[in-house]
Amino acid sequence: MNVQMTIPEAGPRVATAPLLDIAGLRVAYRGLAGWTQVVRGVDLSLAPGRTLVLLGESGSGKSVTLRAIPGLLREEGARVEGHVRVGGQDVTTLPPAELLKLRGGRVGFIFQEPMTALDPVFRIGDQIAETIVQHRGVSWRAAMATARELFDLVQIPSAERRLKAYPNELSGGLRQRAMIAMAMSCEPELLLADEPTTALDATVQIQVLLLLREIQRERGTAMVFVTHDLGVAAEIADEVAVMYAGRIVERGGAEQVLLYPRHPYTRALTNCVVQGSYRDQRLGELSGAPPDVSRLPPGCSFAPRCPARAEDCLRHEPDFRSLAPGHDAACLHPSGPSADPSSRPGVPAGSPKGH
Amino acid sequence: MLLYVVRRLLYAVPIALGVTLVVFSLVHIAPGDPISALLPNEATEEMLQQARKEFGLDRPLPVQYAIWLGHAAVGNLGVSIGSGRPVADEVAAAVVNTVILAVSAGLLSCLLGFVLGMVAGLRRDGLIDHLVNLFTISGVSLPHYWLAILLVIVFSVNLSWLPPLGVGPDTSDGWRPDWAHLRHLILPTLATAAIPMAVIARTMRAGVVDVLDQDFIGTLRAKGLPPRRILWHVVRNALPTTLAVMGLQLGNMLGGSVLVETVFAWPGTGFLLASAIFQRDLPLLQGTMLVLAMFFVFLNLIVDLVQSATDPRIRRS
Ligand SMILES: Nc1ncnc2c1ncn2[C@@H]1O[C@H](COP(=O)(O)OP(=O)(O)OP(=O)(O)O)[C@@H](O)[C@H]1O
Ligand SMILES: [Mg+2]
Repeated sequence: MNVQMTIPEAGPRVATAPLLDIAGLRVAYRGLAGWTQVVRGVDLSLAPGRTLVLLGESGSGKSVTLRAIPGLLREEGARVEGHVRVGGQDVTTLPPAELLKLRGGRVGFIFQEPMTALDPVFRIGDQIAETIVQHRGVSWRAAMATARELFDLVQIPSAERRLKAYPNELSGGLRQRAMIAMAMSCEPELLLADEPTTALDATVQIQVLLLLREIQRERGTAMVFVTHDLGVAAEIADEVAVMYAGRIVERGGAEQVLLYPRHPYTRALTNCVVQGSYRDQRLGELSGAPPDVSRLPPGCSFAPRCPARAEDCLRHEPDFRSLAPGHDAACLHPSGPSADPSSRPGVPAGSPKGH
Repeated sequence: MLLYVVRRLLYAVPIALGVTLVVFSLVHIAPGDPISALLPNEATEEMLQQARKEFGLDRPLPVQYAIWLGHAAVGNLGVSIGSGRPVADEVAAAVVNTVILAVSAGLLSCLLGFVLGMVAGLRRDGLIDHLVNLFTISGVSLPHYWLAILLVIVFSVNLSWLPPLGVGPDTSDGWRPDWAHLRHLILPTLATAAIPMAVIARTMRAGVVDVLDQDFIGTLRAKGLPPRRILWHVVRNALPTTLAVMGLQLGNMLGGSVLVETVFAWPGTGFLLASAIFQRDLPLLQGTMLVLAMFFVFLNLIVDLVQSATDPRIRRS
């Protein structure tokens, strides 16, 4: 590890206190046969204004981790251990009244399916206004005026009419824009988005994604974004964390993780992707199925499917190892070249420049 | 919305006409001759013919139907063969009594059914839910006349707390809102309300459970809404179906229950219908059935309109 390199890299990150800090998060749900541990120790932190993308196969615990951030698992009867801090407040121990202020106030949430995530029997405008009234304590009329401005922000045409519409009267794209308006209505510092574009048509996906990025940059909102889509991840991520079977297996800068993946699982996810052309690439097909989180093998949970499996992989659950500044992987035998911060796609890693 | 209302109103017209035809045909297809029931056994064929002519029963059926419909349209339902009084007056008096019972039982069953169903749904699989479940299963499975008889045995015969029969202490006069009359209302109300209450509670519970499972509840929580505000969303979503069921239940009660009214000698439409049948009082039977059937057509119309006003999803289809 080159000391001279770590200083300029680490400098600005240490200077800002993290907005989001998750430490040792463990989540279990009660099933027919006792508790199932679906998140098994997640550590993450995110500085204000940055975008973190959570990647991983279905069932890896991305949505559960995301729902843990505004404390939504309380109502689900899940068992939560560890700490989740948002702006210094520990969500896991926050009194209910404080938690309600945090949700929708400091933390906005965008769900995957805008049709089912909006109440079908309330007008869109009312659903946005009630959020504003709840957090700001303003009059209904003032909240409606704000909702109207938000519709301009998310570029919904004929705002006046659309505010009075019911969710089923809007197209999928417009519904998701309304959802974004609702999540942004109290100017949160942190936006959580669970596959917000997956349910939309391809062209609409891109528009909504670009809109989301634009608003987020304009307002300096930090964002945790869950997706299956590598193209989407490459488009918006500052940082990427890859989840497997309830744990993060690799995390780092977007370029480091997506272009120079070191964990065999991340490498498998990205292997079908040609450097620099991510668009419309889904996660690569892996052989084998994701493990049943209620019956995990000893050792590394990816070992049974791992092409680079060694004997010790079956014995120890690997800890995080730093591979490069800000780039870690939980793997005993990380493969592939390390990311060289000075290199760019197309420039072979290990070229003379930089070292 | 306006278009929907107009269309729904237009649909009601052919339905209402069809209903009059069915009522008329049913009464005339039914076996038995009303006139021979009316006259003494030793009456001659001549006397029978004479009586038939008086009541217009000698004309061809289509003509009878046209005349009857024309009279009914202006509120003339003929004269009761049994009592000799205008059918319209008899029916009107019975309707008032039935409405009193229906409103009282309707209020009880709607309020109690709504609250029990909501609490059970919110506390799904909790103790209250199981208790309500037990209560409502008994409610829908016990025959209501059986419950009526049970109530009479316990509260009138054994305990002597409440009167078993009639609308008030004096059978000749009508109902008045004083304690003497209210006492008479209690047992019929309980017997009438039991099944509707159970049905409403079960509908409400199913609605609440269904709504709580929906994705948008997560959104409401993520917005930081307090529980009472979320409850409002839950109720608003569960309401259209529950309202429809309440409307239909209320409608059934307004139709009058032949059995409950007979057990309690409550002189409502059900009681009237029963006596018209037993006395083969054809004009009375026809008139009562027509009023009841028209009432149900009207009721369905109201339920549809109210439901479409509370549920934006219906208006579109
Ligand atoms: N409310 C719940 N009750 C019980 N188990 C749950 C609940 N929510 C999630 N799980 C379980 O937790 C595990 C992780 O689920 P999660 O929704 O986080 O996966 P995901 O990574 O978001 O997958 P996807 O890409 O399909 O959305 C799954 O095995 C799921 O069955
Ligand atoms: Mg998910």
